[in-house]
Amino acid sequence: MSIPADVLVVGASAAGLSTAEALRRKGFQGDVTVLGAESHQPYDRPPLSKQVLSGVWEPGRAFLREPAALSSLDAEFVLGDAAVSLDAEARTVHTASGRVLRADAIVVATGLRPRTFAGQEDLAGVHVLRTLDDASALRTELLTASRVVVVGDGVLGTEIAATARTMGLPVTLAGPQPAPLESQFGPMVAQRLAALHTDRGVDLRLGGAVTGLGERNGHVTGVHLATGEVLPADLVVVAFGSAPATDWLTGSGLKVDNGVVCDSSCRAADGIYAVGDVARWHHAGLGTLLRLENRTNATEQALHVAAAILGESPPYTPVPYFWTDQFDVKIQVYGVLSADAEVTVVEGDMDQGRFVALYRRNGTTTGVLGWRMPKQTRLRRQEVVDAFQKSRNRV
Amino acid sequence: MKVTVEEDKCCAAGTCVMIAPEVFDQREEDGIVILLEAAPSEDQHEAVRECVNVCPAGAIHVSEDA
Repeated sequence: MSIPADVLVVGASAAGLSTAEALRRKGFQGDVTVLGAESHQPYDRPPLSKQVLSGVWEPGRAFLREPAALSSLDAEFVLGDAAVSLDAEARTVHTASGRVLRADAIVVATGLRPRTFAGQEDLAGVHVLRTLDDASALRTELLTASRVVVVGDGVLGTEIAATARTMGLPVTLAGPQPAPLESQFGPMVAQRLAALHTDRGVDLRLGGAVTGLGERNGHVTGVHLATGEVLPADLVVVAFGSAPATDWLTGSGLKVDNGVVCDSSCRAADGIYAVGDVARWHHAGLGTLLRLENRTNATEQALHVAAAILGESPPYTPVPYFWTDQFDVKIQVYGVLSADAEVTVVEGDMDQGRFVALYRRNGTTTGVLGWRMPKQTRLRRQEVVDAFQKSRNRV
Repeated sequence: MKVTVEEDKCCAAGTCVMIAPEVFDQREEDGIVILLEAAPSEDQHEAVRECVNVCPAGAIHVSEDA
């Protein structure tokens, strides 16, 4: 395979930026263009639900690079212009403003779009949180809201609930699981997380489906549960999952099925690659297609995509990692947890509020979870590596 | 090369410690980055550049001409 003369990265968030940086670090001297739908320079998303939402950081603090570092990258950033179609065969992207961009190699890094209730965009007082502008808009309304309901018992929903509660607001968290994140953490740790939220004053209304939103005169009035109960609110945050942002790829010639389907080196077609939340690639260690929605995957996968563009074809076999910060608790997870795993605390003490737990299934350790013990958790990472990299084909 | 870190951005993932353990460590109590070597030797430069790129919080910066 020959080295491409130029590379177009569609998506200017962590995964897109990291791909451009990795290309340069590996010595690529051709043209690099980074196309972004938002007008902001690349910024970091994890702080949006925490430091930016709470106001501890000015929004600009979430920018990923200083101006000097961005300019030394020698890439052209085309921002505020969304990709609207791709022709994979011709390696051409059309944008909303009418630009036509062509490159020998194209990287799809368009991330996710939040799932929403039908019609919620016409309703005042209802928010999602994906972008920096979303965070600013939500913060503005939180400052005057009197009662908040967060719909969504996953990482994002629980983080937003914690931040809003820390800002002093009455907060209710609704979602279908018996305890937050129970489908991943299992009942023991999820109950611990539920207790954390309850102790800090979050009203947990979990274990039942959320059916829709109440409305009067164009403004949200509350959240309807399947039980018939209504949770009153003048501000609702909808955080019940996301879908890969692939609508613009209709007719592109790429296979799209819960993300852009890629081979083991993150290649979707000749000269086309995918990276980050949008990429569903063949994890050679696990022998299955996998798509990860987490921050570290964006950068780690970017290194592999850059290598693949430059003619190496390293299989990408990461150990998944994510973290979440809620109140003063940092939870970190290596590998994959599951609700039915055997959970053993190996360091610290759950009752003391600091611990590391191993998750085992069928005699294999598949995941490590740390609760306010970051370094100790990382030192256990090696115990799950075998479950993900049996093929031992890492670069 | 001069390395700087922003403790308040650090998310304690320890990615840098796994890539360049001679340059970075983590605090025992909260996992926040410890910069062991602000002017690392040349054989560490490429690893440090990788740390800058992959730090999940964008908390590491280098000045190449320092």
